Amino acid sequence: MTRETKFRWILKPAVFLACLGPLAWVVWRAVSGDLGANPVEAVNRFLGDWALRFLLLTLAVSPLVHVMKTPTLMRFRRMLGLFAFFYAFLHIANYVIADQAFSWADIWGDIVKRKFITVGMATFLILTPLALTSTKGMIKRLGGKRWRKLHQIVYLAGIGAVLHYAMMVKADLLQPLVYAAILFVLLGDRFRRKVRSSSAG
Amino acid sequence: MQIRYRKESDPKSHEITPKSVFLDRRRFLATAVASGLIPALGPFALANEAQAALTGRTLPNVAKTPFGADLTPTSADYVTSYNNFYEFGTGKEDPAVLAKGFEPKPWSVVIDGEVGKPGTYDFEDLVSPHQLQERIYRFRCVEAWSMVVPWVGIPLADMIKRMEPTSKAKYVAFETLNDPDRMPGQNRRVLDWPYVEGLRMDEAMNPLTLMAVGLYGEELPNQNGAPLRLVVPWKYGFKSIKSIVRISLVEEMPPTSWSSSGPSEYGFYANVNPEVTHPRWSQAKERVLGSGYFDAKIDTLKFNGYEQEVAELYAGMDLAKFY
Repeated sequence: MTRETKFRWILKPAVFLACLGPLAWVVWRAVSGDLGANPVEAVNRFLGDWALRFLLLTLAVSPLVHVMKTPTLMRFRRMLGLFAFFYAFLHIANYVIADQAFSWADIWGDIVKRKFITVGMATFLILTPLALTSTKGMIKRLGGKRWRKLHQIVYLAGIGAVLHYAMMVKADLLQPLVYAAILFVLLGDRFRRKVRSSSAG
Repeated sequence: MQIRYRKESDPKSHEITPKSVFLDRRRFLATAVASGLIPALGPFALANEAQAALTGRTLPNVAKTPFGADLTPTSADYVTSYNNFYEFGTGKEDPAVLAKGFEPKPWSVVIDGEVGKPGTYDFEDLVSPHQLQERIYRFRCVEAWSMVVPWVGIPLADMIKRMEPTSKAKYVAFETLNDPDRMPGQNRRVLDWPYVEGLRMDEAMNPLTLMAVGLYGEELPNQNGAPLRLVVPWKYGFKSIKSIVRISLVEEMPPTSWSSSGPSEYGFYANVNPEVTHPRWSQAKERVLGSGYFDAKIDTLKFNGYEQEVAELYAGMDLAKFY
């Protein structure tokens, strides 16, 4: 089996299925009525957690490629990014459908008045064009340079997502701070590389 | 009035998990939460496997009352598995797990300040002179969820009267146990321990204000604030302080934990009020625990539905200012 067939028919589908794991898990818990006293909240937290985790995983790809010198890893980045968007979309769908029962006035009130929701929605708005322009055709149409420039706003989305979580938490900031530290390392690595390459050039 | 007691045939929690396994797990979790590792441990954490349980220690001689006769209590499983009790971890399901080994007895309460009979009272001395009553109250959390709980307790007013408050007593201050060895969540300073709360004297003396020692006819489960907690049904849940070790009658408005932690978000009064919005949650509606996944939230009632009983306490006050 060539490297390419192995990648295409084994590795990629395996990662794809693994990325669906959290969704399968939450659906299974829901079907078996095992979501606790406040299932809507439990599902919302769960989907939000995974959106953030996939976003950080996406941002971890290029530093990992550099550290581990495994360029193949780069070929999973789009899929991971799209899963981040997918879980963020489900997170918001759950909020709109189950939590707010399509009460658009309440939803608008939340977006305007509750800053952590403002930040969360803004983060989703940032992710949306990135998901829409993730296809090969779109890269071609935009041109590599412009496409790369556009996709740099994913850093902003990373900051927005961590901020959204930190602002939502009432008193115990430990978990958002863990994510913030990871994000700091991932963005710091890019900054370091940029400084180094510009001083070398 | 419909009260669902646990059936004799239902499995007790100790019948489900071997005790040694369970104890190891508990020790492990207690250590984990103490070091702040708990969140990192469970990427798939949703709700812990059923840890909820009543104590099985039935309270004798409980008088039924008309309070909440029209309400349907939330299932005991939910009441005992979904708790904000940061002394036992900041996750909703943490207290049911981490408070399992907590021994609430023997227990004593210091009563001091502006009272004729200050002192350290044993739990029994504090409670046994009074007739236990069952009262079914709505319980509304500031996080916009609610449940209905059949509490067992005594009116706080009766207890306070017995302590002979002086004319200088204007407020009542309450304090939770501060003992990180017994309350693992206190190993991290997510709040300024001990947890403290307070009521204005007239609020404390209102007939609705209850000193609870049980729920669903049994002694309070640890995660619900054993052995003694406050229940102020027209205020957000965080006012209903748990595992009380000190009650002080004081002249000045005492500090309260959440308003110290976030003064712009939480005030001293914390009356349930759909018209006064909160920076994190619109308080206009609430999710009723136990309702269906796609059921809409219900409208929150002013003073949590106890307007008739308590509105006069706040006559002339700007409730948006004194939130």
